[in-house]
Amino acid sequence: MSLGGYVVRRLAHLVPIVLGVTILVFFLIHLVPGDPARTILGNQATDARVALLHHEWGLDRPLPVQYEKFMGRLVHGDLGSSLFYGMGAGRLVVDRLPVTLWLIGFGTLLSVLIAVPLAALAATQRDRLPDHLVRAVPLVGLGFPPFWVGIVLLLVFGLHLGRLFPVGGYGNGFTGHLHSMFLPSLTVAFGIAPILIRSLRASLLEVLESDYVTTARSKGLPERRVLVHHALRNGIVSTVSVLGVNVGFLVGGTLVIEQVFAVPGIGQLMINSIFQRDFPVVQAVTLVFSVMVVLVYLLTDVAHALLDPRVRFE
Amino acid sequence: MSIAAEVVTEAVIAEHRHGFRRRWYRTPSFVGGVSILGTMVLLAVLAPLVTRHDPTSQDLLHTLQGPTSSHWLGTDDLGRDVWSRLVYGARTDLRVAFLAVLFPFVIGTLVGLVSGFYGGWIDTVTNWLVNIVVAFPFYVLIIALVFALGSGTRNIYIAITIVGWVSYARIVRGEVIVAKRREYVLAARSAGLSDARILFRHLLPNVITQAIVFAMSDIVLDILAIVTLGYLGLGVQPPTADWGKMIADGQTFLTTHWELSTLPGIAVVITALGLSLLADGLADLLRPE
Amino acid sequence: MSTPLLRVTDLQVEFPLAHGVLRAVDGASFDVQEGEALGIVGESGSGKTMALRAIVGLLPRAARIAGGTVEIDGVDVTRGGGAKLRELRGRTVSMVFQEPMTALNPVMRVGDQIAEAPLVRLGAGRRGARDRALELMRLVGIADPSRRYEAYPHELSGGMRQRVVIAIALSADPKLILCDEPTTALDVTIQDQILKLLAALQADLGVSIVFVSHDLAVIAQTCQRIAVMYAGQVVETGTVAEVFREPRHPYTLALLRSVPDFDLVRNHLSSIPGSPPDLASPPQGCRFHPRCSFVRPDCTQAPIPLIALGSRETRCLHHEDCAAAARAEPVVTGV
Repeated sequence: MSLGGYVVRRLAHLVPIVLGVTILVFFLIHLVPGDPARTILGNQATDARVALLHHEWGLDRPLPVQYEKFMGRLVHGDLGSSLFYGMGAGRLVVDRLPVTLWLIGFGTLLSVLIAVPLAALAATQRDRLPDHLVRAVPLVGLGFPPFWVGIVLLLVFGLHLGRLFPVGGYGNGFTGHLHSMFLPSLTVAFGIAPILIRSLRASLLEVLESDYVTTARSKGLPERRVLVHHALRNGIVSTVSVLGVNVGFLVGGTLVIEQVFAVPGIGQLMINSIFQRDFPVVQAVTLVFSVMVVLVYLLTDVAHALLDPRVRFE
Repeated sequence: MSIAAEVVTEAVIAEHRHGFRRRWYRTPSFVGGVSILGTMVLLAVLAPLVTRHDPTSQDLLHTLQGPTSSHWLGTDDLGRDVWSRLVYGARTDLRVAFLAVLFPFVIGTLVGLVSGFYGGWIDTVTNWLVNIVVAFPFYVLIIALVFALGSGTRNIYIAITIVGWVSYARIVRGEVIVAKRREYVLAARSAGLSDARILFRHLLPNVITQAIVFAMSDIVLDILAIVTLGYLGLGVQPPTADWGKMIADGQTFLTTHWELSTLPGIAVVITALGLSLLADGLADLLRPE
Repeated sequence: MSTPLLRVTDLQVEFPLAHGVLRAVDGASFDVQEGEALGIVGESGSGKTMALRAIVGLLPRAARIAGGTVEIDGVDVTRGGGAKLRELRGRTVSMVFQEPMTALNPVMRVGDQIAEAPLVRLGAGRRGARDRALELMRLVGIADPSRRYEAYPHELSGGMRQRVVIAIALSADPKLILCDEPTTALDVTIQDQILKLLAALQADLGVSIVFVSHDLAVIAQTCQRIAVMYAGQVVETGTVAEVFREPRHPYTLALLRSVPDFDLVRNHLSSIPGSPPDLASPPQGCRFHPRCSFVRPDCTQAPIPLIALGSRETRCLHHEDCAAAARAEPVVTGV
């Protein structure tokens, strides 16, 4: 089967999941204790205003009708309107999405740049000092609250050390983004790198003991070439899968990290909207975040299939 | 399988013949984890004995002080004792994290047991639910749920349960699918034992190990979630001391009093390290030989 | 006789355990002359594969050479670190593995795997390395090489894969090829093709071959000389004809009698009673004595050295008894 057909079939598999996601997001509003409209608008709101919101969101109708209406708007790209900004929630999200994508992309890149050399070092120096040090990284690193890492990085690089990096914002132009987003992305990388290091080290150890690495050595290849052309090439395949599985953790981390660094992405939008009790925007961002994760799952499956010739597009 | 593996297997068998068995005190990660976590728990339990100040009492005349003989780690912007708040923060966050892991553990294990054992539509529905929850980024769903439900510890438990059960269900389901083809289960079935008996007396004890090991590292995730919620002001409500809130409060004074934000973070890291070591050690000890 | 291409003397390979060590190889000695094929036969766990891997320094991580020497072209390669061995690997001595599936890198095109040594070791250049790979593929009997060059290992049949492994072993023009049960994982018809290929390569290219197998028939088909291993030790060496006609170690005799598909003169098949010893604590004296039907009191005393008998060697004190038994009831004819 071709790559295109494979993608279409995988997309078809995703339909029930995305449907479930919309149900959960739709139900968020019914988790609000008491009268959601009253809670959201606050105690000062007039009864008329509350009644208006009731009608607007269809809260006075039966649940299936409400969901149908919710989905009807959704398929037309309408994610509801913000109570605070006075504009479509979809517009708000789309405007800020590139910033978050930058953070995720840059963060993933940095995490790979950190994890691959460390894992390779550990695997080749198995049971020696470098290996013990690298093995401690996931043990300690997984316990770091992402936002706290951000604060410490801010403290060290933003405020001391000659203010190497800006303490917040998105910057202008490519180099501006690169400069401004370095610390937030590094924070994202610190969140995911420990997981990558652990799994890549494990798969490299397995690969280095494999018969085909012995074959490569029996050709008299330099150890460096054995590592790069034979071991890492295979180790990367499994790393892509691990990255895919943990993308939910990675993407979720950006939420708080944006808050710490005042990065104007959808994470910050979500947190601000939470404080403003801007329910439609919170729903919209939650939905977009999960669609993003589902798409990344798909992307890693495709990448895996492209990297590993044994995987057929079936 | 290469001959190398064969020889190593033989070597391992020979090792067993020599009666080598691992004991908990010979597993460094387990010992390390128990010591670190034990110290933390002890401090939390004995909080009234190891502190000299009420963690919530303000002293606006002595705000943002450095360490003194009375305030070992100084005071915060409201003149509250930092050491007391750290210790009471441990009390809050450890309690919430340990309780929060119980519900997902029980629910997820039961769901995994049933869906793995019966398969069919139960399994299909379970898988669908699992895939939905997994489609949400961990922090995003927790924060969205707590936002909708309202802050406070009860709602933290609910949110963590909704998100957390899937991992246990996945792990246990996988183990059950393997275990139910084993001879002891087939024997129990052919002996005409009831499903409930097979599930709880024969399968559960064999599949629970992995869930327990995972629970240890899951507590780490829960602590991070609780602290994150606290940092965002959605978690444990003031004036109760909580590490996340302490980090948030201290952030305003980062340029002048960096320790206010860093100390509670270090407390989180140390606690998490203890739990991770414990999880590693447990995995080593419980690994079937 | 000139200096042998390969001379292994009293080789010892150990696996450290929590308590003590496991000697997988404990006294392996054999020579290989230029252009000659030597078969090493033994049960699994007899140390034959470890001995083979020790020669090229490709032991599993846990194992180490604990003693003895391995001389290739008169140079001891157990001393002087890995650099010397890496220089010899591929160029002087190379290896063919048991499992052609796992021996090939699953994510690399087979042609590139064959071309790699010419590219890196011989400095053939991209174009040259590719041409050399295609030529080797033709040599080992792979039809339509330019199409197969692009294939991944999982796209080829088992026999094809083993031909690729052999092409890799030949790729840097070695003088000696070590074959580790190269046909065990293959179908019987394919086995025969691969054995014929290896025999042809030995005859045409003049390479020496060490052939490890548990299968005496395979050794008989491909080798001129044989070394029998038991419990980590070489217990008998000699030409295939001599050893098969008149084994001078009871283990060899028992092994020959346990082979069903030989051209035999005997009317019963016997299996060897008992099981191989625990290598972590081998028996005193002769390692085969607990299973030997010729055992005498002196067999259990001291370790038995290799005893030279003209061009042959044996590790049995009572080899005359064994030879007499073989003469009384011949095992094999026509070898």
